[in-house]
Amino acid sequence: MANSNRPRGLHPRELLLLIPVIALVFPSFYARRDPMLLGFPFFYWYQFAWVLGGAVLTGVVFLLRRREHR
Amino acid sequence: MPIHTVELSVFIFFFLLVTVVGFFASRWRRADLNHLDEWGVGGRSFGTLITWFLIGGDLYTAYTVIAVPALVFGAGAMGFFALAYTILIYPLGFLILPRLWAVSRKHGYVTAADFVRGRYGSHWLALAVAMTGILATMPYIALQLIGMNVVLAQMGLKGDWPLLVAFLILALYTYSSGLRAPALIALVKDAMIYVMVIVVVVYIPYRLGGYSHIFAAAGPLLAAKHPPGTLVLPKAAYSAYSSLALGSALALFMYPHSVTAVLAAKSGDAIRRNQVLLPAYSLLLGLIALMGLMALVAGLHPATANMAIPLLIEWALPPWFAGFCFAAIAIGALVPAAIMSIAAANLFTRSFYREYFRKDATPQQESRVAKLVSLVVKLGALAFIIFLPQQYAINLQLFGGAWILQTFPAIVFGLWRRRFHHIALLAGWAAGMIASTGMELSLHLKGSTYPLHFFGQVYPAYSACYALALNLFVTIVLTLILDAAGVQRHLDATSDDDYEDRIESSISGNPEPITAEF
Repeated sequence: MANSNRPRGLHPRELLLLIPVIALVFPSFYARRDPMLLGFPFFYWYQFAWVLGGAVLTGVVFLLRRREHR
Repeated sequence: MPIHTVELSVFIFFFLLVTVVGFFASRWRRADLNHLDEWGVGGRSFGTLITWFLIGGDLYTAYTVIAVPALVFGAGAMGFFALAYTILIYPLGFLILPRLWAVSRKHGYVTAADFVRGRYGSHWLALAVAMTGILATMPYIALQLIGMNVVLAQMGLKGDWPLLVAFLILALYTYSSGLRAPALIALVKDAMIYVMVIVVVVYIPYRLGGYSHIFAAAGPLLAAKHPPGTLVLPKAAYSAYSSLALGSALALFMYPHSVTAVLAAKSGDAIRRNQVLLPAYSLLLGLIALMGLMALVAGLHPATANMAIPLLIEWALPPWFAGFCFAAIAIGALVPAAIMSIAAANLFTRSFYREYFRKDATPQQESRVAKLVSLVVKLGALAFIIFLPQQYAINLQLFGGAWILQTFPAIVFGLWRRRFHHIALLAGWAAGMIASTGMELSLHLKGSTYPLHFFGQVYPAYSACYALALNLFVTIVLTLILDAAGVQRHLDATSDDDYEDRIESSISGNPEPITAEF
């Protein structure tokens, strides 16, 4: 194996990517009906909201990475 | 059921359109299609946009559009795990995929098994990964056929011949155009699916009295079902829900067709950008899932849950638009089926043909074998549907998800460090395969949630996750033992730097030539 000084684990900013995972693997947190939003029970709109949340976090990590490599 | 002429005419029009596109694809970004790198991974030339359509075409298939709402129609909240799953895949993909892409480009790998072969130097381990990939892909292709069959049946076309015609066409343009065909057709497919979903999720709720009414009415209707469903996830289903979402997300990028779509990208950043943009599809998927509740509230009684969505579309929309929707769904079957058969063909060519039959195969020979195998794979899937009950394909797909997850330790951990011993990985894989198969069999193929009894408590969860835990345990323990005993490891063909891609702007314009060596 070639040696290199490159750090080989996850970069600290990449920990941001684990937030959506934590937010969704515990249904006990979001499996409820209230509060409703536009007629959507919490269980549904919470998950729809995380579609956006996940995309934003991934986008932030992408931009941070780019800035570092500039 | 009579033949629905208007629907069928619109359907056939769009189907012919994509056929033309499929054959035209061989001329698009012209290159030598007698080279596996061109035929099998599109010359690794696709930018952000095409990659978006290609990965999107992989994930959101005909079967998704049919089966996810069918699950919600039958059980309510539990079926929504599909949304949680699609939210999890992109952050995970952002971490994993650019590394796989970078090392594959450097060494000319076209499959995950190629990478494992290079990283661990073990052709047995690569064979295990390749075999698992092909095994898991076949029923997946068959499922796409089922999805197509459902809409054909709704239009009044019975029998096997329409499916036969559709797949013959698919087989021919995949053969001639390779990965370029599904990439180009995916453009048309996605545009159609988007139109369909936007119309459906606005117009049908409008007819049914709005989303508030749909949710309010769906609760009691779900409770009245046998077995009863629920609008909000019940406590007893928590562990099943999250393990299904997480297990499916981890499994997704191990599937050969996802790897193929990812390796076809032209840069690591094209992949990263996609992980940011692909959630736009997840939004669609969530809305498609809600169609299950709409079908329920509309008071429809489909013969099987899989017929719920075609029935809903026909019930709510004028025939010409229903025909458009059905065409969108059927084309949604063609794209992934093509990518899957190409991926399986790549695996066979590299890990069987080149490894065991012709070590010095030229790229031309590889490409010729891959083209033929892609035909065989599709014929196999077709025979599957025609000669066996459909239930077999669905069951095998359950197995497939659990099986493919057992290649995770070899592929993903290997992208960072070569901690594990190749023999330990092979043993872990075998343990995981046996355990997941055993669990599915003990459930009599009724589902994929296995109730693990542990110190008097019962923990129901996705069997694939339990099998993966066992797999990892065996891998870690055996690695310690084998290394302590000094059992020799093979040479690593890759070096740490191979896993990092440079920022796109510093590459600019012409990509460097691809080295096709191990």
